[in-house]
Amino acid sequence: MNKKEWPLWEIFIRSKNGLNHKHVGSLHAADAEMAIENARDVYCRRNEGVSIWVVLSSQIVASDPDEADALYEPAKNKIYRHPTFYEIPKEVGHM
Amino acid sequence: MNIQEALLEYCLRLGDNSLIIGHRMSEWCGHGPILEQDIALINIALDHIGQARNWLTLAGEIEGKGRTEDDFAYKRDAHQFRNLLITEQPNGNWGDTLMRGFLFDTFNFYLHQILQHSKHEGIAAIAEKSLKEINYHVKYSSEWVIRLGDGTEVSHQKMQDALDNLWMFTGEMFEADEVDQLLLEESIGADLQQIKEAWNDHVREVIDEATLKIPESNWFQKGGKQGRHTEYLGYILAEMQFLPRAYPDAVW
Repeated sequence: MNKKEWPLWEIFIRSKNGLNHKHVGSLHAADAEMAIENARDVYCRRNEGVSIWVVLSSQIVASDPDEADALYEPAKNKIYRHPTFYEIPKEVGHM
Repeated sequence: MNIQEALLEYCLRLGDNSLIIGHRMSEWCGHGPILEQDIALINIALDHIGQARNWLTLAGEIEGKGRTEDDFAYKRDAHQFRNLLITEQPNGNWGDTLMRGFLFDTFNFYLHQILQHSKHEGIAAIAEKSLKEINYHVKYSSEWVIRLGDGTEVSHQKMQDALDNLWMFTGEMFEADEVDQLLLEESIGADLQQIKEAWNDHVREVIDEATLKIPESNWFQKGGKQGRHTEYLGYILAEMQFLPRAYPDAVW
């Protein structure tokens, strides 16, 4: 493996105005500008996006899988936290 | 030469430029230095092939003898091709390919920028549509020239070699002949002198930033626009035209 390999970047694409950026994958690039161009070429070939975010993968801080019980379990039985009892008017659009 | 003949030549030049450089770039498919750049280069190759299809289809309409884009692409011999010599030069290394792209893309960009206002509706429409793609091509190849020129000692030297080798093919772009003159007078074609100035500005700016030197030689090779090509075109056509010539009944 080449020791001077380009750093890894995480790619986020917004498919439409009003929607959020979504993580679509990762790629290698020498710097941020090249990462955006590569993302355009790799992930937007079929008209997928209107906006691209790139973030150095090394800058992502992730939760610890071993802590999953403590982090997520308590939310599972609290159905009253889900706003499923409201109707959202169509005009609101994407929320 | 009447206007119709000049128009046909003009469209063939535009179409053949795109077809041949697009074919050249497609040779990189699966051989790019890194996955992301392999895809990037092939995207651009496909842009060129798409543009070639539009120009060659328009050429067929102008000629009015029922020739299709495929007839032009696959059933002409080397001396009937009208592409600039720079577009048929070999890929060489990654730097050679990007330097060739940069010198040609810059010309192609200013050419299409003018042609989108052409009095000929068909030409204006294709130029306007292509310009967005070409805009990206220039950005892409310019950035690579800067990155590699102003990179390591080795990449700098390779880019300078690429520039020195390709420089003699740049003069031809601005060499106006009867076709260019006639269509310029009709406000259909572009003023090559005007493009030359804009090209010079952008090329010098990028080459400066890339810490490279413009060669001093003023001798330029020409002939592509009139069908006199370097030895490379024959090999390109042999590969590109093999299938339709061996299997004339094949359909897409």
